[in-house]
Amino acid sequence: MKRAHAGLLVLTAILLLLPLVLPNAFYFDIVNRMAINAVIVLGLNLLIGFAGQISLGHAGFFGIGAYASAILTTHFSWPPLAALAVGAVGAALLALAIAPPIFRLRGHYLAMATLGLGIVISIVLKNEAAYTGGPDGMSVPPLTLFGFEIYGERQWYWLFAAILLFSVWACQNLIDSPFGRALRALHGSEVASQVVGVDVARYKVAIFVLSAFFASIMGSLSAHYVGFVTPNAAEFLHSIELMTMVVVGGMASVYGSVIGAVLLTALPQALATFEGWETVAFGVILMVSMIFLPKGLVPTIAAKLGRKR
Amino acid sequence: MFSQILQFMFSGVTVGATYALAALGFTLIYNASNVINFAQGEFIMLGGILTVFFFKTGLPLPVALLLAVAIPAMVGVLVEKLAIEPAKGAGVESLIIITIGASLVLRGLVQISFGKGAASFPAFSGDAPINIGGAALAPQSLWVLGTTAVVVLALWLFFNRTVAGKAILATSYDPLAAQLVGVNTQLVLLVSFALSAAIGAMGGILLTPITMTSYDVGIMLGLKGFVAAVVGGLGSGLGAVVGGLLVGIVEALTAGYVSSAYKDAVPFLLIFVILFFMPRGLFGAKTTERV
Repeated sequence: MKRAHAGLLVLTAILLLLPLVLPNAFYFDIVNRMAINAVIVLGLNLLIGFAGQISLGHAGFFGIGAYASAILTTHFSWPPLAALAVGAVGAALLALAIAPPIFRLRGHYLAMATLGLGIVISIVLKNEAAYTGGPDGMSVPPLTLFGFEIYGERQWYWLFAAILLFSVWACQNLIDSPFGRALRALHGSEVASQVVGVDVARYKVAIFVLSAFFASIMGSLSAHYVGFVTPNAAEFLHSIELMTMVVVGGMASVYGSVIGAVLLTALPQALATFEGWETVAFGVILMVSMIFLPKGLVPTIAAKLGRKR
Repeated sequence: MFSQILQFMFSGVTVGATYALAALGFTLIYNASNVINFAQGEFIMLGGILTVFFFKTGLPLPVALLLAVAIPAMVGVLVEKLAIEPAKGAGVESLIIITIGASLVLRGLVQISFGKGAASFPAFSGDAPINIGGAALAPQSLWVLGTTAVVVLALWLFFNRTVAGKAILATSYDPLAAQLVGVNTQLVLLVSFALSAAIGAMGGILLTPITMTSYDVGIMLGLKGFVAAVVGGLGSGLGAVVGGLLVGIVEALTAGYVSSAYKDAVPFLLIFVILFFMPRGLFGAKTTERV
């Protein structure tokens, strides 16, 4: 428990000090993207790492949030917060509706079903051009919170930093709660947890809904932040990117999620000048980390240091 | 009316045959190793892209075709050696992720070396359509169907009439028992990867004169092949073929009568329906889960 607080303190300190060292808006932008991904990956890691359920369509929920915000604020002039809420609730409801049949499946079939979900969402986004602008995407108005417009990378930075801190804190609490213990039991052995009275199906559905909710909110915020959305947001490749972050950082590790997101958001920036190599690098990282660090960076390093996380 | 349906059936069966080839590739590897190879689609893409490349360098088409099947087969062996073998004992999720990694590497390398543009080569025997019952059938479609039939027949003979094929079957039933009776299961794995890559590449080659190819066609073709394999029931050869044709036909009918924009969504909606009502697919083995 104490160590968890220490981690939060370190993260707070880093987030407070970062603005002093970041030279310009470009770097703020990269850090903001890292934070967006980190929050989604935290949610996805609950699902993959703790509940042991693979999802190859998570970008679909991100896309729902992004387009809910884009469409409702542009075409129907809703206030951004209301649009964000509707998107998040919609994504959660969709997850709730499809979860019971999906989680009857496992392994390959589960991978297939979640993958199909993501693809169907991205096809809908591409085709309903009257609302979504089709494959070219659409622009999104800036985010106003209580009459105050969030403007520029620096203001967004504080918003994203606050959300990230809150999410890390919430995840740690969740994992230490009876709910979290049930989740970990689920990952260890479904049968054993069933025997000791864990309602396996209910927990899986709950965590799936929660992670969809997280992803949708970040989709909304990132749409406002970037000011533009394209169907790529919901694409298979984006789902894979998110999953890579989980895998590289470390399954079932809160700080692993953050580190995975930071590393893999930075990577495309570093490789941006070499077109195509970015994809190759992602692939190599996926394979190498699964083969040599099947537990991911943070848990492996933690084990090396002789500490238990 | 009739000729219209016939027309849609022709195009459905043609792409369906390619899906069937992809699905057979999935099935082969799945049976030998319980791995779902998400890089299968990239073998399909490689087949088409390499044929275009060798054809443009001036090689005669048959030589280009041969190379475009042989090289993906070697790539398949490499994927098994470099990515699957070192991860022995990893779980289903880890293996899925590893093969996704392999597919990204292949796609990236092709994008770097051959560029992003769409490409094609001339159909094997001209473009003059054959008129059947008021519907036009492209000669290339006959090539697709004929080759698929030959491949299916050859696979059937291989698995039922040769020792090597039976060794692969034995490995798929029980790897340990197969090893005990002297089957080199390591070799079986390599052969399965080579075979499934070669079959996938053939599908990619045959389809290219009809639909063109580019570095990124592998994702969709591979995923639809996977859908076909799952629809038919993972692990069943017959299921793979029926699943492939079914997916192709439903897709073509949707494109014709409902909306061509949503045809790509069809396989994935189909998979939901099939999985929810028949969680093991149409021809999947009935298994009970052991605790």
